[in-house]
Amino acid sequence: MSTATTNSIAKPQVLLLQPIFPSFESALSPKYSLLNSRESSLPLTSFLSAHAHSIKALITLDPIISIDASLLDQLPSLGLVCASSAGVNHIDLDACRQRGVAVTNAGDRFSADTADYAVGLLIDALRKVTMADRYVRNGLWPIEVNYPLGSKVGGKRVGIVGLGNIGSHVAKRLEAFGCSISYFSRSLKPNYPSYKYFSNVLELAKYCDMLVLTCALTAETRHIINRDVMSALGKDGVIINVGRGALIDEPELVRCLKEGVIGGAGLDVFVNEPEVPTELFQMENVILSDHRAVTTPESFQGVLDLVIENLDAFFAGKPLLSPVSY
Amino acid sequence: MSDRDFPYSIWPTGPQFLISLTNSKSLFLSFSIRYLNTFSCSGSVSQSVCMDSLGILITRPLFPYLEQQLLRRGCCLFRLYDSPEDRRIQFLRENSGSIRAVIGNTFVEVDAAMIDALPELKIVASFSVGLDMVDLQKCEERGIRVTNTPDVLTDDVADLAVGLAMAVLRRIPSADLFVRSNGWKNGDFTLTTKFSGKRVGILGLGRIGLSIAKRVESFNCPIHYHSRSIKPFSNYTYHSNPLLLASNSDILIISCSLTAQTRHIVNRAVIDALGPHGILINIGRGAHVDEAELVKALREGRIGGAGLDVFEDEPNVREELVGLDNVVLTPHVGSDTVETSREMADLVVGNLEAWVLNEPLLTPVV
Repeated sequence: MSTATTNSIAKPQVLLLQPIFPSFESALSPKYSLLNSRESSLPLTSFLSAHAHSIKALITLDPIISIDASLLDQLPSLGLVCASSAGVNHIDLDACRQRGVAVTNAGDRFSADTADYAVGLLIDALRKVTMADRYVRNGLWPIEVNYPLGSKVGGKRVGIVGLGNIGSHVAKRLEAFGCSISYFSRSLKPNYPSYKYFSNVLELAKYCDMLVLTCALTAETRHIINRDVMSALGKDGVIINVGRGALIDEPELVRCLKEGVIGGAGLDVFVNEPEVPTELFQMENVILSDHRAVTTPESFQGVLDLVIENLDAFFAGKPLLSPVSY
Repeated sequence: MSDRDFPYSIWPTGPQFLISLTNSKSLFLSFSIRYLNTFSCSGSVSQSVCMDSLGILITRPLFPYLEQQLLRRGCCLFRLYDSPEDRRIQFLRENSGSIRAVIGNTFVEVDAAMIDALPELKIVASFSVGLDMVDLQKCEERGIRVTNTPDVLTDDVADLAVGLAMAVLRRIPSADLFVRSNGWKNGDFTLTTKFSGKRVGILGLGRIGLSIAKRVESFNCPIHYHSRSIKPFSNYTYHSNPLLLASNSDILIISCSLTAQTRHIVNRAVIDALGPHGILINIGRGAHVDEAELVKALREGRIGGAGLDVFEDEPNVREELVGLDNVVLTPHVGSDTVETSREMADLVVGNLEAWVLNEPLLTPVV
């Protein structure tokens, strides 16, 4: 390890607990000294204890490693958890708050891509784009004459579950297609007077033709889409999930699709990725996707820039750019 | 789906209904049965226009609702598709005395040969907005009326154009296959490129083109277009030819009608101008694109991808296209939704009824 250099101020140390893309690394390393636990032969506890007093910030990449109380206890100097994802359900926010550790996320850098993808899945579900592509590729077009009709996008009542950054981007896009927008959120959003507010998801589902899930996964929103909600949505209803798998009671979703309780789904996220319930593989009325809503170079660059901006602000004692409120 | 209100008031008044009843006993009998069985789109009992024995040629199986509406009105349907191909002219000649109407579509031509075989043909009511399959000049010469289904399908076609663009750029069908084939468990993630903010080039800024523009604007996509004339939209950039349009687009969408001038409007030069990161979306007609050149360009990576709802030889799709993973292929379903099919059917029926009643046609082109 290099110690004192010709620079009078050593680069701040930032902890990583996962492998990092070379491009991320080279963008960060001019200003930050990256300590990666994966590159050490020491067990994690020893590694952390060796660096405990110099680590003030850590970056989470793939949101599958938990940042929990026991980890935080091993990092007494930590002041910032910088998540490169929009979702922060892998971070114990209460534990962070109690220890005075700030948390930042991807802010709005993923919003456009996620919203785009949600709209793409929605159009696909209604107009059966993926199903049609499969039909043509399987050589069925010259043989069969009666291909099932799709359903018109315009005039549909769309219910957005969580009218945050991503949800409001979805709403703006779907309005252009002639959909009417309703939403459920923790509170009414006065900035969107033309969208119909529902204070509970069941009423939203009764009113709407489709639901788009764009909220964060928390204790309150876990399984927010359950059998009752799906029954209320109805047999022609479609669910689009670009949030987190656990927003939906997944086994119940499979049952509801099988039994025709709802009409179809477009799913980019699952409870136990990359595991996907195999019963879904037999269904034509579902589009399955590998959590790719934000895997675009544009989103990656956007979030990388934001991570660096947040780190810069933190170490300069300035306001963070995308703090998560807890 | 609930029945929709009939969009146009074409129901005859009481006296006209009575006149048609008294023309013959059997007519009265069959019509009264139909009257009792009539359902109306709005749910209340209404009178149907008597189109009894109007002979209509059907060249392809109809949308069931349309067939139902025609049969309820007593039309006599002549199904050309039930005859083997080599017997079709004969079928036409055998029934030529009875056939006074043809329901057009986007698959089977109403060409000079067919028109010549049907001396009693008076009206072609197409279940489409495009009329490239109808010999319009011949119809005009013969005094045959031609109607289409404009406006009602505009939004659906625009929706599919955007849906295809999204499916190609974000590789949605490819993702689905990746998951279903257990690829996700074994493989890494795929990078796709952001849709929002991409330059969208619209070839033909008519009804459908404008509808597409309105949609992609909400994704903050700058709009470029080429059309026969400059349109009064100051925030859309006009280009005087398709080549310039393609050079300035990331997503090129074909939404013009097919004419002699627009055949192969997207040729090798335009494809090359679109470039290796550009994608082509065709919701117009297969013949708008030099399909062989497109296939070559896709294979060689000179163009980034394509979303195609129409092909040169439907329902046959080139093998080479099927083998590519940067294309999305749909079987000419631009207006194929339950809602729009019903509206199109209502227009076809409405036009035929207007013709029977000698009233102004709803959506005539000839």
